[in-house]
Amino acid sequence: MSSYILEMHDITKTFPGVKALSNVNLKVEEGEIHAICGENGAGKSTLMKVLSGVYPSGDYEGKIVYRGEECHFKGIHDSEEKGIVIIHQELALVPMLSIAENIFLGNEHARWGVINWHANEARTRQLLAKVGLGEDPKTLITNIGTGKQQLVEIAKALSKDVELLILDEPTASLSEKDSQALLDLLLEFKRQGITSIIISHKLNEINRVADHVTVIRDGRTIETLDRSQISEDRIITSMVGRSLEDRYPPRDPQIGEPIFEVKNWSVYHPLHAERQVIKNIDITVRKGEVVGIAGLMGAGRTEFAMSLFGRSYGRKISGEVFLHGKAIDVSTVGKAVERGLAYVTEDRKVFGLNLIDTIKNNITIANLKGVSNVGVIDDLKELDVANDYRRKTNIRSPSVFQKTGNLSGGNQQKVVLSKWLFSSPEVLILDEPTRGIDVGAKYEIYTIIARLAAEGRAIIVISSEMPELLGISDRIYVMNEGRIVGEMAASDASQEKIMRAIVRGEGKAAS
Amino acid sequence: MTDTAPTPQTGVAQDVAGGPRVPVSTFASNLREYGLVLALIAIMVFFQFTTGTLFKPVNLSNLVQQNSFIIVMALGMLLVIVSGHIDLSVGSVAGFIGALAAMMMVIWPLGGFLGNPLVVSIICLLIGGAIGAAQGYWIAYHRIPSFIVTLAGMLVFRGLCQGLLGGGSSVGPLPDSFKALSSGFLPEVLGTWTLIPPTVNAAGKTIFGSGVTLNLTTVVIGIIAVLAFAISGVSARRTREKHGYEAEPFALFVVKTVVIAALALFFVYQFAVYRGFPIVLVVMGILVGIFVFITRHTTIGRRVYAMGGNIKAAQLSGIKTERLTLFVFINMGVLSALGGLIIAARLGQAVPAAGLGSELDVIAAVFIGGASAMGGVGQVMSTVVGGFIMGVMNNGMSIMGVNVDWQQVVKGLVLLGAVIFDVYNKNKG
Repeated sequence: MSSYILEMHDITKTFPGVKALSNVNLKVEEGEIHAICGENGAGKSTLMKVLSGVYPSGDYEGKIVYRGEECHFKGIHDSEEKGIVIIHQELALVPMLSIAENIFLGNEHARWGVINWHANEARTRQLLAKVGLGEDPKTLITNIGTGKQQLVEIAKALSKDVELLILDEPTASLSEKDSQALLDLLLEFKRQGITSIIISHKLNEINRVADHVTVIRDGRTIETLDRSQISEDRIITSMVGRSLEDRYPPRDPQIGEPIFEVKNWSVYHPLHAERQVIKNIDITVRKGEVVGIAGLMGAGRTEFAMSLFGRSYGRKISGEVFLHGKAIDVSTVGKAVERGLAYVTEDRKVFGLNLIDTIKNNITIANLKGVSNVGVIDDLKELDVANDYRRKTNIRSPSVFQKTGNLSGGNQQKVVLSKWLFSSPEVLILDEPTRGIDVGAKYEIYTIIARLAAEGRAIIVISSEMPELLGISDRIYVMNEGRIVGEMAASDASQEKIMRAIVRGEGKAAS
Repeated sequence: MTDTAPTPQTGVAQDVAGGPRVPVSTFASNLREYGLVLALIAIMVFFQFTTGTLFKPVNLSNLVQQNSFIIVMALGMLLVIVSGHIDLSVGSVAGFIGALAAMMMVIWPLGGFLGNPLVVSIICLLIGGAIGAAQGYWIAYHRIPSFIVTLAGMLVFRGLCQGLLGGGSSVGPLPDSFKALSSGFLPEVLGTWTLIPPTVNAAGKTIFGSGVTLNLTTVVIGIIAVLAFAISGVSARRTREKHGYEAEPFALFVVKTVVIAALALFFVYQFAVYRGFPIVLVVMGILVGIFVFITRHTTIGRRVYAMGGNIKAAQLSGIKTERLTLFVFINMGVLSALGGLIIAARLGQAVPAAGLGSELDVIAAVFIGGASAMGGVGQVMSTVVGGFIMGVMNNGMSIMGVNVDWQQVVKGLVLLGAVIFDVYNKNKG
């Protein structure tokens, strides 16, 4: 008998017209942490869906062997019975139910349909202790942060006597601190003998916890690396098929006079009226300059950007905005767009795109005036515009009539970018522009940003990935707890300096 | 990008090499519309065989006159549903407006100008708009769910309708010039053309209904409309090609155009041999044209779809969603009022139960037409076909003598079947 807990042999899965997986092989050893890497659209999630039975046996070709026994899962239920539990990227928790209710949803300690709450809560306490979450089992999911929700998902998996835990990009929306805690937890599970498969883009995390890495590209297994072979360069090379010499495009910044200034900007929380979320922020962005805003989760960066953009967040907003030295009115999104502001939102699926509509209609929606005449849309002009931006931003799709919901994350982001480029902004605010997209598409997004700066626009980039900010910005503001706590030229900034500014700021806020 | 810059291939999964490039998605999305039209034709042929009278000119006129108010209201409902809402009050609003119109024309001594049917109709449409605005205000600006606001409206306006008519009585008769809205035909200005002379019986009198006489006005309007349709299709193709875009395959285009033209001419002929186009058909036809144009070619139409597809993204794209929602409900109110006028004109009087339950037929027409209950999806022409599917079934089953109870059962099952078909297709695709 092999020591493999799971073997997937020659898995091939086709969708109408597309071969998503072709002859993929994956072998996972008992008790290890096995990472799966690959660009978006490479087929990682599809592979995991095959494994967990989301695509039932018969829908794919190939063989799944679990603990030496060939399995034909007809649904998630079958795989969970065997102890295989998958935690999806989008968490599957019911926000208005409590932690305990969520953990035992569909699996309650009950007799004749009557739930034994004491048993449920007692067991929940044990599980929460295991994952290191000190919350009351009765707390509603909606009242805890994403990091804690992730832990609840894991506790839920534990409640099912998990033997093989699959995590699909578990740290994508977690802060640095929460991510570390999660990875520590995985290592702890490993000591307890639970095998984990982790899908991740974050190579430093893989580096830290993985015993083996399997790289998938274009629906094929490229290679499996063991602990001694794992390095960021090696993984990137095999993910993109060639080495990435430079992760950021070269730039020659031509910085001019200040274009965009925000003075004394204050915002209060939309629900808790006494809580000030943004505290007297002043920033300046110059022509052709890329300005980064660094900070931890919850520092108020997105809230700041959204409140600037047509008061889309918060209330009791005060402060002034200047464009070319003149005060401008940005009190509604329409006015902000008209004055030359654009805001590429953080969560493109929730705030950026109409997923059931075409690429074309998404690109023109923020500037329908540009393709219409007294309210009547010029179809051909619109088509020209859409095709033009599809080419400029390199959106990969058969045509502009493709629904944006069917695109990969990187291509979706390019559609959102196109939408805002077509509104021809002077000031472009990008909120986490590369979150959840792969290395190759990231490079393309950076190239677009560099080009926009070269065209003389003022650009603000909000990002939680410090290397990215250091790589593309000319100047960096550091934000913490609603204040600007530091400002530095990118040339003499470093991750340590940024962190130090945050920590110092924290001290200041406390005093 | 520089030469050394990596350009890894991402997201190529969709880009299947060698496949047809442009028209695929448009054709696929039209496939459903074709299927719906085929279903309507199949149902019509079925009833033609079982009843033998469905395609009779007089029955076709009846069919249009009986169902036009559903389709008129469905046009408004489509926008409501596409924007992600629902309006349960349309039947009650229609009943209330019908009662109001009857009171103004028959009971209240308004006299002269204010009692004129045209003036009354315009006032009623404005009041319909105001009712829509009143409901839309709470939905748009106070985020009260449309289901609740319009459920309240449904109760309120049914009550007002009955109250206005003084309990259970009906008010009439309405003036003939008002009734023409539903039961009138386009005036014959070009005269008639006798194709086959009527049979003369032994007594020297013509047998009523024999022979074939065409109403020339109807024929001319019909032919002009069909020609305009074909020519605009060809010219749209030309401009597309001139801009370097592939249009759909030429053969498909020709077949489609010829089939639609032939069908249209067939119906034109049927109306021409009877009494010409019913006025209500013309009103409906113009409205359908306007709404096709609004939904497909105007910014306001595009914004409604964007709002229904993802309201947050729409807001962050600068769309004033509150105002747009208000507009959608005002539009619905005006069309409900028009529906109410059509119902009253057809009955010749206002009755307390006018429009009762019609909101469900209207909503069903929109969903049979393939609109999504989640918002963001739905087409005008499909809605019209959906409305006619309901109408033909009503009409055909009545002629067959199917009990009203069973008619409800069949209609319910057709609605469910159509939506299941949609969901099944979506999951498969």
